[in-house]
Amino acid sequence: MADITKSPWIMHYDASSCNGCDIEVLACLTPLYDVERFGIINTGNPKHADILLITGSVNTQNQEVVKQLYEQMPEPKVVVAIGICACNGGVFKECYNVLGGVDKVIPVDVYVPGCAARPQSIVDGVVKGLGVLKEKREAMKKKA
Amino acid sequence: MANMTFIWAVVGVVAYIILAPFVGGLLAGFDRKFTAHMQGRKGPPVLQPFFDVSKLLKKEITVVNKGQRFLVVCFLLFIVITGCLFFAGLDLLMCFFALTTAAIFLVLAAYSAHSAYSHMGAQRELLQMLCYEPIILLIAVGFYVATDSFAVTGILHGTVSPIVWLPLLFIAFVMILPAKLGKSPFDISTSHHAHQEIVKGVTTELAGGNLAMVEIAHWYEDVFLLGVIFLFIANMNHWWTIILGVIVCLVVYFIQTLIDNTCARVKWNEMLRFTWLVAIALGVTNVILVYYLR
Amino acid sequence: MVELILFLILFPFLAAVILAVARSQAARRIIVPICGILIIIAAIAFAVQWLPAIGVFGAMGGGTGIMLVTEAHVVDMVMLIGEVVLLVVILAFSFKYKRYFCVVLSVVQFLIMLVVDLVMDKPEVYQLNIDRLTVIMVLIVGIVGSLICIYGFGYMKDYHHHHTDVKPRQPFFFAILFMFLGAMMGLVMSNSLIWMYFFWEITSVSSFLLIGYTRTEEAINNSFRALWMNLLGGLGFAVGICFLVSNCGIVSFDQLLASGNGAILLPVALLAFAGLTKSAQLPFSRWLLGAMVAPTPTSALLHSATMVKAGVYLLLRLAPVMAGTPAGYMVAFVGGFTFLITSMLAITKSDGKQVLAYSTISNLGLITACAGVGMPETVWAGVFLIIFHAVSKSMLFQSVGAVENATGSRDIESMTGLIVRYPKMAFVMIIGICGMFLAPFGMLISKWAALKAFVDAGDFISLIMVFFVAFGSATTVFYWSKWLGKIISVPGKFEKCEHKTGGTEWFSLWIHFVLMIVICLAFLPISGLVVAPLVDGMFGAFASAAISSSNLFTMFVLLVLIIIIPLIAWGTSHKKNYRKELAYMAGINRGDDIGFVNSFGGTTEVNLSSWYMEDVFGEHKLWKPSVWITIIAIVGFIAASAGTVLTAIGGVL
Repeated sequence: MADITKSPWIMHYDASSCNGCDIEVLACLTPLYDVERFGIINTGNPKHADILLITGSVNTQNQEVVKQLYEQMPEPKVVVAIGICACNGGVFKECYNVLGGVDKVIPVDVYVPGCAARPQSIVDGVVKGLGVLKEKREAMKKKA
Repeated sequence: MANMTFIWAVVGVVAYIILAPFVGGLLAGFDRKFTAHMQGRKGPPVLQPFFDVSKLLKKEITVVNKGQRFLVVCFLLFIVITGCLFFAGLDLLMCFFALTTAAIFLVLAAYSAHSAYSHMGAQRELLQMLCYEPIILLIAVGFYVATDSFAVTGILHGTVSPIVWLPLLFIAFVMILPAKLGKSPFDISTSHHAHQEIVKGVTTELAGGNLAMVEIAHWYEDVFLLGVIFLFIANMNHWWTIILGVIVCLVVYFIQTLIDNTCARVKWNEMLRFTWLVAIALGVTNVILVYYLR
Repeated sequence: MVELILFLILFPFLAAVILAVARSQAARRIIVPICGILIIIAAIAFAVQWLPAIGVFGAMGGGTGIMLVTEAHVVDMVMLIGEVVLLVVILAFSFKYKRYFCVVLSVVQFLIMLVVDLVMDKPEVYQLNIDRLTVIMVLIVGIVGSLICIYGFGYMKDYHHHHTDVKPRQPFFFAILFMFLGAMMGLVMSNSLIWMYFFWEITSVSSFLLIGYTRTEEAINNSFRALWMNLLGGLGFAVGICFLVSNCGIVSFDQLLASGNGAILLPVALLAFAGLTKSAQLPFSRWLLGAMVAPTPTSALLHSATMVKAGVYLLLRLAPVMAGTPAGYMVAFVGGFTFLITSMLAITKSDGKQVLAYSTISNLGLITACAGVGMPETVWAGVFLIIFHAVSKSMLFQSVGAVENATGSRDIESMTGLIVRYPKMAFVMIIGICGMFLAPFGMLISKWAALKAFVDAGDFISLIMVFFVAFGSATTVFYWSKWLGKIISVPGKFEKCEHKTGGTEWFSLWIHFVLMIVICLAFLPISGLVVAPLVDGMFGAFASAAISSSNLFTMFVLLVLIIIIPLIAWGTSHKKNYRKELAYMAGINRGDDIGFVNSFGGTTEVNLSSWYMEDVFGEHKLWKPSVWITIIAIVGFIAASAGTVLTAIGGVL
């Protein structure tokens, strides 16, 4: 059968982004970039998702949300941090309510820098995430 | 003769059980391809639905409660039974009742999770059933009035193609088909589109293998529904109607894709009004006309 | 064989007297179950004795006539005394509560019957007639009815525990319950119309007394509504009998069914009208809805085994003579229309008992429609609908009552997660609900057969029935499914609660459960050995051949599948331990699928409610038009019957 990387379903969560990266994420779905070519579907539901795309830094208010979304995704799963804010907090790093990058709360597998991250690099990031996804699946199989 | 019927029934059932998922999956693949092209995109490979399901099967299954899995398995099995009854040439009315039963299991699977989206999906799925049930039952009655038989084999061996007597019912069926196929404008309970006001509706709380089963069940269901379309056209006394039937099935499926891409979701009350009007204006009228003209 | 018949009719009355006299709880604890079980045993013995004895084609439509009392005038006197007693009861209550309409109705019909009894010449007839329909009804009344009485013992104890404002009148209550059973037994065995009328009136009066049990204002109003509607039907019955005796010299069913006289059209229409009132068809549905104020055993009894079943029983008896006449059209139209409208109204209700009430009316509508069309297949379907409906409805009422006693609410919305809180109760309830609509439990099979038969019947009214069924089935699925969904919907931290339900309640519920499964599995034998011969008896040789064996086989296969598939599904799923995850709430799930953290950091609770669609199917929209439509239909068709009869008479002159 086809391997697990051929159908990556993504869920996009905006932690506390300025919406710059969000627009770029959605731009990937447009005919110009057409990520569905790779079987990518934007699901908006953690229970269906394989890849969690997070834009923006994590703050004190939404850290629980991020954690819960991550927990609700079935294994194997990959987290891709989109944009510099998601990677390490970016310009908001020193804010009183900001914890920093996504990796402060949940394990991140791929970092996609940029402000805002370009659609091409987002697609690249997801494709890189697929490699991780495959590894995790192998690990899962061994465990079982 | 009786033996031949039995053999054909067995062949039909076996062929359905084995081939339907492939046909259904391929149709879904082409659907996505066409959709992409209509939107000026390249779209995924035709085999993408199979990739999706195979991935889902490889994923971990998480559940919200213990009953979910049970209900989803029941849903799949009942859909398969529906198709088997149909392709064995048995009673059409029974097929539709089995189909309803199957759909109820999906609704219950959604209900069993105490989740707002899943609940909303369940309610809407029920509403969809309320919308299409009358037409579906009228179709069974229409076939009976037109061919004197509820049995699929009997209908196939009638004197003429049922479409001759049932043009309005055929149109009505095509009109409500989006509700069954989960396509706009009647995809109010769940859909493959990106709109997310109720997340994924009935399937929101289904993960991994459970979702895969629902997908496979939908493939089986699609093939069954196209079978009903085929039944409108085909007649065993004229070989060419069989080919025509297959062509019409494909055309109808394509039309569904087209409607899907050109319509927005409707509100539930508009859907109810529209479908019941169609049921009365086309379905009831057609049955009465055939009843008195034939 | 006659002894058993006498026992079945008289013993419940005897039990009623004993229960009225022995007033202590301890005495009831012994008497109620013993009497109930005795009646059950007698009913089964009756069936075993009679089923083989009934001929296939006899003069009595496959039945056996029985002359219980040989001196005609003695019988007449007994009947007359009984009717006087009933009249006194009605008058006493009507004057006490100043309901003069009931006074008028009861006095008029009493006078009519007085004339029939004393003045008119009547041929000598068999007073009783036992055929397969009788046997089926005796089994239903005997088994389901007695079980409800047994259930009632435990229920009433709890009921008065919760409802301290209601004055306990349990001796009275149980006495009436048993009296009801006796009257029903007499009713279904009667061949003589005058006998049947007598028992018919007893059921009207006892239902009146039972509905008014709590003596609240609402209860009294509702009981009088039930009374006047049923008295109106009784009046139709009385006028019908009077007409039959004076014009056609007919006083019994066997004469009526054998008579080719065109003049019977009008009286048949009047009898059918009585049947419609008793089976709570539109426009007379209000009384059954109002009957909900009574304690649950009453509702269960009225809805499943007795009362409303008397109405459809009469209609099914009349089916052969009604077919293709204005009376038949009236019954079919009113029944089919009621089936559709009340199933829509059921969607808008969240009170469990109200949904059950509407669904009862709806299902009875279908049976009524079957009787009205009057084809062999429709009667076949109608009989099965009666059987399945009796068992599953009784089961549902009892479980709703038990849930109400346990949780303090019978609202469907508050049944969320019942499967976790009260798993056994939920299981019984689920089976009951499935029995009502899911393929291929019996109800659905019967509905399927009815649909087929309607198409086959070949007249316009039957075609309209098809449309009623097509739309009505859809609405039926809707309201049952959402109830089922509520029961199995499970929020995170629900825990199992302790059952407060008593032994007699469980006894009754489990026997119902077993009955349900047995009837489903024994579907083919029941059809082949009892119902099909019954139809043959009613319509002549081989009428039942229309229900082809291959169709029955398909049904049976489905029936087996519904048991096998869940078993397979259960087998593949119950042992696996999947990771349990919280429901997605688009926010922080507090951990129980009920609360989530809102934007202020506090917790908001989610309340998930089913759809009721008041704006689409609400009573305020549908009730009045439906009542008028049915009234016009009834008046019109009875006028048409009268017109036909008058033209016939005019032609003779």
